[in-house]
Amino acid sequence: MAQNRKIVEVSVGAFMLIGLVALFFLAMQVSNLSSAPRGSGYEVTARFDNIGSLKVRAPVTMAGVVLGRVVAIDFDDETYEAVVTMRIQSKYDRIPEDTFAKIYTAGLLGEQYIGLDPGGSDTFLKDGGQITLTQSSIVLEEIIGQFLFNKAEGEKNGGKGEDK
Amino acid sequence: MIEQLARLGRTGLLALERLGRGHLLLLAILKGMTEIVRRPFLLIAQMFSVGVLSILIVGISGLFVGMVLGLQGYYVLSQFGAEESLGVMVAASLVRELGPVVTALLFAGRAGSALTAEIGLMKATEQLSGLEMMAVDPVKRILAPRFFAGFLSMPLLAALFSALGILGGYLVSVGLLGVDEGAFWSQMQHKIDLHEDIYNGVIKSLVFGVVCTWIALFQGYDAVPTSEGVSRATTRTVVHSAFAVLGLDFVLTALMFGD
Repeated sequence: MAQNRKIVEVSVGAFMLIGLVALFFLAMQVSNLSSAPRGSGYEVTARFDNIGSLKVRAPVTMAGVVLGRVVAIDFDDETYEAVVTMRIQSKYDRIPEDTFAKIYTAGLLGEQYIGLDPGGSDTFLKDGGQITLTQSSIVLEEIIGQFLFNKAEGEKNGGKGEDK
Repeated sequence: MIEQLARLGRTGLLALERLGRGHLLLLAILKGMTEIVRRPFLLIAQMFSVGVLSILIVGISGLFVGMVLGLQGYYVLSQFGAEESLGVMVAASLVRELGPVVTALLFAGRAGSALTAEIGLMKATEQLSGLEMMAVDPVKRILAPRFFAGFLSMPLLAALFSALGILGGYLVSVGLLGVDEGAFWSQMQHKIDLHEDIYNGVIKSLVFGVVCTWIALFQGYDAVPTSEGVSRATTRTVVHSAFAVLGLDFVLTALMFGD
């Protein structure tokens, strides 16, 4: 009986260990926990006229390297602008104050992210700082609309004889 | 006419009565937690029969489900030239859906039916009444340890299922189909979120653990104490568990991911 009890206890212990190892594997190897340290870093804000479909946790990159993530998106109802709060890892503390922030799209239909183009200022962004130079996301519908509009204009001006 | 109406009413009342008994039993089981603190070996022994003995079926199923996901996903994704996303697809479908759901269905078939049969037979052979005669509360002594064993085992089994499934998907897609290894893991790590995907999967499996074990215990405890009654109760356990898991999965998915 005592022997039996020992076997049961050991195998239950092994079972719980296997389960926890599996959970740990999922957390460390499968999820983005390893690539996105939470809590460390400093926050800067940027105001955009239009953020497109930018989401919280979208990457913030410079030269293609992920420096941080978007942590909050708010709406300012006085200036009618989107206020995007980004958390940038504290080791990247030499980002110039006049950095240019733009919303890009990964691939043609991929998710949107913020790309930073460094400025030339000697003062660097600090916690609570604000990026003033921004460019909104490109909304595909607007471009298509503009393209169709231009095409229609072109046909009206001199495009007689072209097939439709 | 009146007779048929009365029959309908009787059926409804009986169903409600069963539902009420089930909830009272759940309450009694939760109150019976104290017994586990005093005698932890009761819980450990049940963890063995509910959890350890389910490792093999859950692990092997997980491995094969992951391998099939790799093969099928490759067929669709390669048409769009997006084979690199195979890792994301395999991991997301396992962690979010298949891990908790398939584990719960296997659990209901492997462990739930055994629980019902065991308790139903205990009732049929009047062992439960015997315990009561000796002033031992069968709910505390028999049902509570089994309930918590199921509650604790399910998330561990589901995590094992998902982890082995991802490894199976990795074997097939990288080893067999020639997907780039770096892209497989890095895309996965980029897209799978710890809170959004993995925690929600664990929450799902906790809920399924409670529901499956509860159904199994109640069906056994409430079984008609004959051999036919026990066999019916065992069947009902599997059927009701499957319904409950699939229905609840829809509700939970809508709550978690449906924004």
